[in-house]
Amino acid sequence: MTVTAIGPYEFKSRDHIDNFHGNQVVYWHWEEHLMFCAALALMLPRDMPFGDVLNNILPGCYGMHPQFEQIEWSKVVWMLDGRPFKPDLSASLVANGVGHKSLLRFWTPGLHGLSGAVI
Amino acid sequence: MNAMQPPPKQKKLSLKERYAHLTRGLGWNTTYQPMDKVFPFADYEGIKIHDWDAWEDPFRLTMDAYWKYQAEKERKLYAVIESFAQNNGHLNITDARYVNALKLFLTGVSPLEYSAHRGYAHVGRHFVGAGPRIACQMQAIDELRHAQTQIHTMSHYNKFFDGLHDARHMHDRVWYLSVPKSFFEDACSAGPFEFLTAISFSFEYVLTNLLFVPFMSGAAFNGDMATVTFGFSAQSDEARHMTLGLEIIKFMLEQDEANVPIVQRWIDKWFWRGYRLLALVSMMMDYMLPKRIMSWAEAWEMYFEQAGDALFNDLSRYGIRKPKYFEVASKEKHRLSHEVWSTFYNYTQATAFHTWLPTEEEMTWLSGKYPDTFDRLYRPRFECWSEMEKKGNRYYNPTLPQLCVTCQIPMIFTEPDDPTTTCFRSAEYKGERYHFCSDGCKDIFCYEPEKYIQSWLPVHQIYQGNCGGAEMKDVLAWYHLNFGADNFDYTGSPDQKLWDEWQAQRSANAV
Repeated sequence: MTVTAIGPYEFKSRDHIDNFHGNQVVYWHWEEHLMFCAALALMLPRDMPFGDVLNNILPGCYGMHPQFEQIEWSKVVWMLDGRPFKPDLSASLVANGVGHKSLLRFWTPGLHGLSGAVI
Repeated sequence: MNAMQPPPKQKKLSLKERYAHLTRGLGWNTTYQPMDKVFPFADYEGIKIHDWDAWEDPFRLTMDAYWKYQAEKERKLYAVIESFAQNNGHLNITDARYVNALKLFLTGVSPLEYSAHRGYAHVGRHFVGAGPRIACQMQAIDELRHAQTQIHTMSHYNKFFDGLHDARHMHDRVWYLSVPKSFFEDACSAGPFEFLTAISFSFEYVLTNLLFVPFMSGAAFNGDMATVTFGFSAQSDEARHMTLGLEIIKFMLEQDEANVPIVQRWIDKWFWRGYRLLALVSMMMDYMLPKRIMSWAEAWEMYFEQAGDALFNDLSRYGIRKPKYFEVASKEKHRLSHEVWSTFYNYTQATAFHTWLPTEEEMTWLSGKYPDTFDRLYRPRFECWSEMEKKGNRYYNPTLPQLCVTCQIPMIFTEPDDPTTTCFRSAEYKGERYHFCSDGCKDIFCYEPEKYIQSWLPVHQIYQGNCGGAEMKDVLAWYHLNFGADNFDYTGSPDQKLWDEWQAQRSANAV
């Protein structure tokens, strides 16, 4: 038993993938741009192509940042769940190994935030 | 003839005797049912108690004395509240922005007082010794009184200002209020000994000065006499609660050596849980008070680093060391409030209080208090947002944030040794990933994952469809948050409009 309890104590995770109506949650974090106070939580279809997220979803999340449109996605450095990662933009999230509650951190070479202050 | 002797006058019992009757005379060992069935929660946490009578309450408070003291305090408090209302005391506060600190208090802290009432009533039933049972019973009544008097004190502001109309409901639903709510539910769903370590010791004894002093001094500095008076009324209760906190720790440590590692683990856990909760206070101190008392960093140095050093030196003879990760909290003291206030600025569209950018004068104060971090990291951020505001393009973060599974705060905190890089920690349990803002929160999860996999994380709950709908306006309606009145910046709010009208009227009257 993994908890100090008065009896049997087993529960299903409240954030199990089954609870998200066929979607999965993926966290995205644009490094060195802390105008966005935390990583973003996006609920996405599992078969959505990776490139669709970059082209259709992220602009609505980060678009107000003046450096966003300067990003060259081919040069971006990625980490997926703590490991270096190269996405296949035409393949789906799942085919890229991006699962439920995966964390994607990305660094944009040459773009280090505004005023030298990781904004 | 024998005259009848009058019966000898009974000597009044001394305080000590009365207390002994109350806490020892009223206890008994059950015979119809075995003791372990009557007190089923006494053993399962692994704490060994050999002699419950070794419990000593230095206050030796009896019920008759308790009612007398409390009634006296209530009379004074309600007289002040009444006169505050009659004299329109709200007109004498420094600035209407101050009321936002009260909104945070009423929705975030007052419901915790009520939870504390329930928690103490519960554990007061479950201790075998009558001494701790009585102490918990009195604290349960204190906490109920605090919840009630806070609501009464602040209800005056609800007549004029937005965001104060449904604190209890908001506490159960609003995203950032899941932070204090889950903190207390974690404690209340633990065993009785862990509950007392969490609330009586780690919170009331070690950290309470960082909650109460800032709010009550903040009230005094900003002309809010009603809330100050509440603070005084609660102060003598708090002294008793702090004593209970220290007594229970020493009692456990003295009863059996095997208790030491269990208590140490609880101290580690609840220090970190409490510290994360205080992130809200840090922002209140540095950003929300129009007239500031001291900075968060100064408060942390005074109330934790110095006072904590003395306390843990004292406890070292039992084999207790300082809580794990205390040094991380000290490293964070120069950035905490800035990171938190920035978060509420990001999501002001979904908060039940107003936000604003610090004025030039306020930024000068912040630079002075935080010479190593403010001008380098946070002033440029506020200036950038200010530029965007001036261009009519006020920055809002349109996407929901990732949350820490343990403390439920958005993942805003930065690496202990690098304030420019967000801190990410994660763990896997039964094939599923979980994310944490810090090593402290990760350790807590990993020790009892079954507990925290049930976390009701507001962001995920919205995505699962459990919060009133998919649109932001649906969710805010489900929160009972009045869109356009309770949320968004102070500038342009109905609060500001009303306050400005009062100020204009006041200067017109003065002429």
